[in-house]
Amino acid sequence: MPILEIIENILVRTVVAGTPLLLGTLGEVVAERSGILNLGVEGMMSVGAVTGFIVTFTTGNPWLGLLVATLIGAAFSVLHAFITISLRANQVVSGLALTMLGLGVSGLWGKPYIGRPLTTKMAEIRIPVLSEIPVLGRVLFSHDPYVYLSIVLGIVVWFLLRYSKLGITLRSVGENPRAAETQGINVNLVKYIAVVVGGAFAGMAGAHLSTAYSKSWIEGMTSGRGWIVIALTIFALWEPSRAFLGAYVFGCIFVLQYVLQPLGISPNILAMMPYLATLGVLFVYGLSSAGKRRMSAPAMLGEPYIRGSR
Amino acid sequence: MKIKVFPREYAGGPFNALVLLLSLLAGLVAVGVVFALKEINPFFAIFSIFKGSFGSWFGIKETITKAIPLILIGAGLALAYRAKFWNIGAESQLLLGAIFATWVGLNWGPSLPGWAAYLLMFLAGFIGGALWGMIPAVLKIHFGINEVISTLMLNYIAAEIVKFLVVGPWKGETKYGYPYTDDLPDQAILWLFPYSRVSPLLVVLTVFVALFLCYLVFRSRFGYEIRVIGENAEAARYAGIDFFKTLLLVMAISGGVAGLAGVGELAAIHHHLSYPETISAGYGFTAIIVAWLGRLNPAYTILSGLFFAGIVVGGDAIQMTMGLPAATVQVFNGLILTFLIMGDFFVHHRVTIQREA
Repeated sequence: MPILEIIENILVRTVVAGTPLLLGTLGEVVAERSGILNLGVEGMMSVGAVTGFIVTFTTGNPWLGLLVATLIGAAFSVLHAFITISLRANQVVSGLALTMLGLGVSGLWGKPYIGRPLTTKMAEIRIPVLSEIPVLGRVLFSHDPYVYLSIVLGIVVWFLLRYSKLGITLRSVGENPRAAETQGINVNLVKYIAVVVGGAFAGMAGAHLSTAYSKSWIEGMTSGRGWIVIALTIFALWEPSRAFLGAYVFGCIFVLQYVLQPLGISPNILAMMPYLATLGVLFVYGLSSAGKRRMSAPAMLGEPYIRGSR
Repeated sequence: MKIKVFPREYAGGPFNALVLLLSLLAGLVAVGVVFALKEINPFFAIFSIFKGSFGSWFGIKETITKAIPLILIGAGLALAYRAKFWNIGAESQLLLGAIFATWVGLNWGPSLPGWAAYLLMFLAGFIGGALWGMIPAVLKIHFGINEVISTLMLNYIAAEIVKFLVVGPWKGETKYGYPYTDDLPDQAILWLFPYSRVSPLLVVLTVFVALFLCYLVFRSRFGYEIRVIGENAEAARYAGIDFFKTLLLVMAISGGVAGLAGVGELAAIHHHLSYPETISAGYGFTAIIVAWLGRLNPAYTILSGLFFAGIVVGGDAIQMTMGLPAATVQVFNGLILTFLIMGDFFVHHRVTIQREA
């Protein structure tokens, strides 16, 4: 195979592998912008993956799978919202509990479906004309709908955060809830919505894994992607535009794991790569821009908000 | 009628204990609902769990066996969480302890008397866990890397290291192609109570570690510094507490005792290094709840560790008899932790109902 073709193949698969990371990161960016850290992404993704799979398997309709997974992801995140916003509990521990619960529940629900492949997975859609462009056509315009959906949602989130009143409201809640309150914003409601949006995105990301990326359900199939999403949110400096970069870089690393295998490198060493890279990226960041990052993190991230307190 | 909520400082010991018990009860009710959804009689299922763990000699022995790593790790996590350092990496700190101890046991064990082999293996295990635990502390203080992420990534990395070792360079010559290292020499294997997997030495070590860490947290200057960092970082900075030194030591201890748990699993139960999920059945994660249920008091983790070991053992038992998947126990853990943190609301807030005049 000529080298150009190999690179083209890697890029095609990079975009697919980066898609669940992009969806998850966008959701976490929204949640964290409101000041709520949700470490339950891995659990929400897993629940999304199993519901997406079960619905697609039983109805044969992957779009219905996507819809239900999104709704279930959103519904599941309400638990975290309730515990951290209404009960003002520790966000770290609540997120961990959500992950444990999500992994457990998805294992329980998914047991009967292990090893049963989907007959109808999310079909590829070639965008007319654009998909005819050499290289770029295959890399960007001949994919399953999740890929397009994630790109469109990324642009929407970027635009709303930066240019809309909604975005300003969300950011002010995460930066200075007291000031937001005096502007007549219902701080807790905004936080609830942000967390639920994050859950919906994580649910979608999970459904992509089980109904488009692969077409089967296995326990633990999220394999740490939910945690990588948390790291990517920091890497992205809470900016949707940078989430694209991070997600595709990590998508590429997931792909390289398989591409490099024939070179005789131990598969265990290759399997470490995404996790080592996560540490590596944050490390380089820590060296270069510790100050910058502290500035761009939402000021009240992780802090409970008590109405009327000083 | 109006419900009013006020923050409060301390509600009193008996009240807090009551909240804890009620949260636990609520968690068990939720577990019952999960059973009911699976069309299993919830009362029978929960009764079976505790019958499986505390209802027979065999169950009690197994419960103690599993309580040992949970208490060791939970006590160490309590220390770290007191400083608000969210160590989620006990699972891999345990593995590093097992790796270091395996090396010592296999290489030096044959030429050492038993007591020296034990001593060096536990020492090596502690060092292995401590070094692995100190990495996230360094990364956090000097490079601003969130410890939740770094400890988790290190979990995945350590698991791959163990797999690499047992299928690659450390693969046992006597194991006929299985992914195990060779067995430790006899003198490096811990003596067990007859007809059990409980090592008396480990029981003593575990209780000692839990009580010693409790002393450290509540009675020493170091423990005072830990609590100040955790409760009021601003004040700690003004008081001139060295964050780096304190957190490094906290994580050395927290990781080190998890490493000891790894040595215990290796030298008392498995006798060789094998796949990570065999060496540790998720103890590093379950111990997070053990620490939380023990109110971040290392001494209380003895009780909460026994309780959770009971759930693990009983859960395993009913999984087999009722044909439930392995994830069931994870659901229990998640539900109980969820209700525990919900219960904390009543510890930190006073809720009153006011009638409008």
